[in-house]
Amino acid sequence: MQKTHFIAGLFGLAMAFSSGCSGSGTEKLPILGSREPVEKEVDGKIVTDTIYHQIPDFQLLNQDSVRISSQLFDNSVYIADFFFTSCPSICPIMQRNLLEVYNEYKGDPRVKFLSHSLDFKHDSPAVLKAYAQKLGVTNDQWQFVTGTKAEIYGLADSYMVYAKEDSNVPGGFDHSGYFLLVDKDKHIRGAYDGTDKAQVELLRSDLEILLKANE
Amino acid sequence: MRRNGYVYLAFAALSLYLLLQSCQGEEAIRKAQYTANGQKLYTSHCQNCHGAKGEGLGALYPPLTDSSYLHEHRDQLACFIKHGLSGPIEVGGKAFNGEMPAMPQLTPIEIAYILTYIGNTFGNTEGFYSQEEVQQALKMCENTAR
Repeated sequence: MQKTHFIAGLFGLAMAFSSGCSGSGTEKLPILGSREPVEKEVDGKIVTDTIYHQIPDFQLLNQDSVRISSQLFDNSVYIADFFFTSCPSICPIMQRNLLEVYNEYKGDPRVKFLSHSLDFKHDSPAVLKAYAQKLGVTNDQWQFVTGTKAEIYGLADSYMVYAKEDSNVPGGFDHSGYFLLVDKDKHIRGAYDGTDKAQVELLRSDLEILLKANE
Repeated sequence: MRRNGYVYLAFAALSLYLLLQSCQGEEAIRKAQYTANGQKLYTSHCQNCHGAKGEGLGALYPPLTDSSYLHEHRDQLACFIKHGLSGPIEVGGKAFNGEMPAMPQLTPIEIAYILTYIGNTFGNTEGFYSQEEVQQALKMCENTAR
């Protein structure tokens, strides 16, 4: 009698687990940013489609002095952030947290990392290379890039990151410490405070959701 | 007479014990105070680079867990904090060559708080840093630097 109850209980538990798992598998991340409706004619009918905010094409110089383009990220999801090497405030915390995610996905071709330097004067490719090595980045899965002021600050706008030169803040650049989760179509699927452990945890689980959706 | 002598002796021993106890107690209380104040300052001034557990970050920022480095440089640490540090150093068997920013706004008592916190956390047992010790240490480097 007791045994059957136990088995029934176990069965119920297993059901709950399996349904819980399949539920999380269908979870979908939102597409962030502005959106525009466009009207198109399909089979003689007017239908309304939505154009989502997208990261525009870019070409930037990386830590190996190689000009990389946005095509490098076409077949992977990536996490982007903005920092500079001499930043004394939030960047060390951000890069410490991102390094943990990088180490977790090192060797996984589905995930890439892209750090933009806001210090276009000082952070040359050589400086970025030394920084990456000292941080503990050992492959090209994590790119460190520089560009002209217009290029970098323009991209910061596209990633919805606040960035501004400001001689009144430590280091000379004021910026927000967000990690942006970007999908294969260059849509931003999540924004996370890179200085907050709980937010970084959320990034981890969202990244898994995005990778599952790509399967 | 002899009995009185014993009583006196016992009383003297007891008062000596109490005196020592209270001295130690005071020192322990001061250390605890300085550590608590130092933790707050550490969080706002040091933790970004050196980490919440003093673990540092890769080869960019040295850890604060190398007790022998802290011990050997005890009289220089105040200067490192106030005036910054650059050039090659070796901490915990690893080479570092970055630049630590100066923090001229910190007062000697604040530096004593920070050093007492670092010196008695992260596995370090450097004991208490007094304001006087910090002032003395700062004098040494400020004389040579200026």
